[in-house]
Amino acid sequence: MKKDIICTICPKGCTVTVEGEAGAVTSITGFGCKRGQEYATAEFTSHVRILTTTVKIEGRDSDLLPVRSSRPLPKEKILDCMAVIKEVSVKAPVSQYDVIVENICGTGIDIVATKTMQ
Amino acid sequence: MYNMKYDVVVVGGGPAGLAAAVSAKEEGAEKVLIIERDNALGGILQQCIHPGFGLTRFKEELTGPEYYSRFTEKADALGVEYLLNSMVLEVNTEAKQVICTSGEYGMVCVTCGSIVLAMGCRERTRAGIVVPGTRPAGLYTAGSAQRLVNRQNIMVGKKVVILGSGDIGMIMARRMTLEGAEVVMVVELMDYLAGLTRNRVQCLDDFGIPLKLAHTITKIEGNERVTGVYVAPVDENKKPILEQEEFVPCDTVLFSVGLIPENELSKKASIAISPVTNGPIVNQHMQTSSEGVFACGNVVHVNDLVDNVSSESETAGKFAARYAMGNIPAETKTVTCKTGRNVRYICPHTISLSKEAETVDLYFRVLMPEMGAKLVAKCGDEVIAQKKEIKVNPGEMNHITVNTGKITGDLTVEVIKED
Ligand SMILES: Cc1cc2nc3c(=O)[nH]c(=O)nc-3n(C[C@H](O)[C@H](O)[C@H](O)COP(=O)(O)OP(=O)(O)OC[C@H]3O[C@@H](n4cnc5c(N)ncnc54)[C@H](O)[C@@H]3O)c2cc1C
Ligand code: SF4
Repeated sequence: MKKDIICTICPKGCTVTVEGEAGAVTSITGFGCKRGQEYATAEFTSHVRILTTTVKIEGRDSDLLPVRSSRPLPKEKILDCMAVIKEVSVKAPVSQYDVIVENICGTGIDIVATKTMQ
Repeated sequence: MYNMKYDVVVVGGGPAGLAAAVSAKEEGAEKVLIIERDNALGGILQQCIHPGFGLTRFKEELTGPEYYSRFTEKADALGVEYLLNSMVLEVNTEAKQVICTSGEYGMVCVTCGSIVLAMGCRERTRAGIVVPGTRPAGLYTAGSAQRLVNRQNIMVGKKVVILGSGDIGMIMARRMTLEGAEVVMVVELMDYLAGLTRNRVQCLDDFGIPLKLAHTITKIEGNERVTGVYVAPVDENKKPILEQEEFVPCDTVLFSVGLIPENELSKKASIAISPVTNGPIVNQHMQTSSEGVFACGNVVHVNDLVDNVSSESETAGKFAARYAMGNIPAETKTVTCKTGRNVRYICPHTISLSKEAETVDLYFRVLMPEMGAKLVAKCGDEVIAQKKEIKVNPGEMNHITVNTGKITGDLTVEVIKED
């Protein structure tokens, strides 16, 4: 199998061509740096993304708490995670990096606040 | 009028203003003030809840709020002062005075040693690009939609078409999809992407959102609310091919057609503005045509990476502090940076030479995408710096570093095609 993967680590967006079978990479070309080589190798076998969204703050209609996944999540879990986060609301005050949802959808990854809200 | 006195006054509390204020303090300016019209610091990054900030600077992928909070913490620790909910109305470059309205003090006049302009930019609106049709509800610029959805909890629509493949538009395509809306397509007039490739991958491809390059919206339908748009491919002259026009039902259209620096204040103060970037003309210290007035961030030229904004703003802050302390190296000569082949503009526009040699980063954008390129800076026929790039793209800023010791006269930056 041969795949062209666009590296999203930096704005250059190199097209990295990866060849291999069942997760084992046999050839990799086109990367502009080592970080891109690692990224494309990981993308070849599994896709992960950082999820960011907002959650409601109780008692405030027009103010939201921005949140993120502490680490990149498997791409196919993103919509399931969104469904969970939609039902969540928090009480202010909240500090940056407070855990809002622990171990979301059994991924072992937390959803944390990205902003301090008084 | 209430009077105040500061060494350095920064207009705008976005990432540019914050970085400038921090570095002015670090350079030794005693009293530094940021004046911000919003009720909080952080600028546009307050609504940029998505990741993608800080990769160059912090070697990790941060969201907008995480990125600017690193600077607000530093500013607090250093004792930078702020006036929030305060709109700057006038900048007097001669007397070094900044006039603003403030919720707390009423009209305020701040006298200072030097001024940093960091007002950011605003979005081009539909009027600026003229799409025929009615003016129903459901039309937004991508950035105003972003503010409504991310800061004010207002969902703008359920079935969305986005005109323009700029970064904000693509980021909003993902955001609206995650919030349960259907993004029908992104329509781009040019035959290449306006924004960053990584945003196409993560925001459109990940969710199977079609990107229609070399297409445009020919008409918007709907009386009270948008009911749909007509979309057609365009020919080489960007003229719609009407025979192939199709109707696309939707209730919302987002316009992501670019940003323009916010320079009403600079123009009123008679600061020289570049017709290409629509921002002040600056030298390598980010000093404008008015001595002691500096500018940085999106007010100078529209940046796609906040990391670049922070570093040029640190330069502005540092030299603003030096100016206020009477500490700028004496200029021996000024040279101009000229655009050569496939270069749209260069920032800084001029380089002020002094006895001390220094390294200067020249940031520039190309006119058209190209594979296998060599970036060259030269004085006359002499090449003073060069660098290879796998590809160049108008959506992505390039840069090349030169040493002022090698500069003999006006400098040209060009992109040479390599095989
Ligand atoms: C939607 C969007 C997505 C982006 N995504 C990314 C990304 O993924 N990665 C990345 O690195 N970069 C990204 N950027 C770019 C980055 O955010 C900008 O380059 C950066 O925010 C520019 O900073 P600034 O301080 O110049 O402008 P701004 O953030 O716009 O700040 C300007 C400030 O000045 C204030 N102001 C203006 N006029 C006055 C006045 N008269 N008086 C008082 N205050 C005033 C404004 O209220 C504002 O707070 C994105 C930008 C946008 C808009
Ligand atoms: S491979 Fe390296 S240079 Fe190319 S996009 Fe990825 S991080 Fe950037």
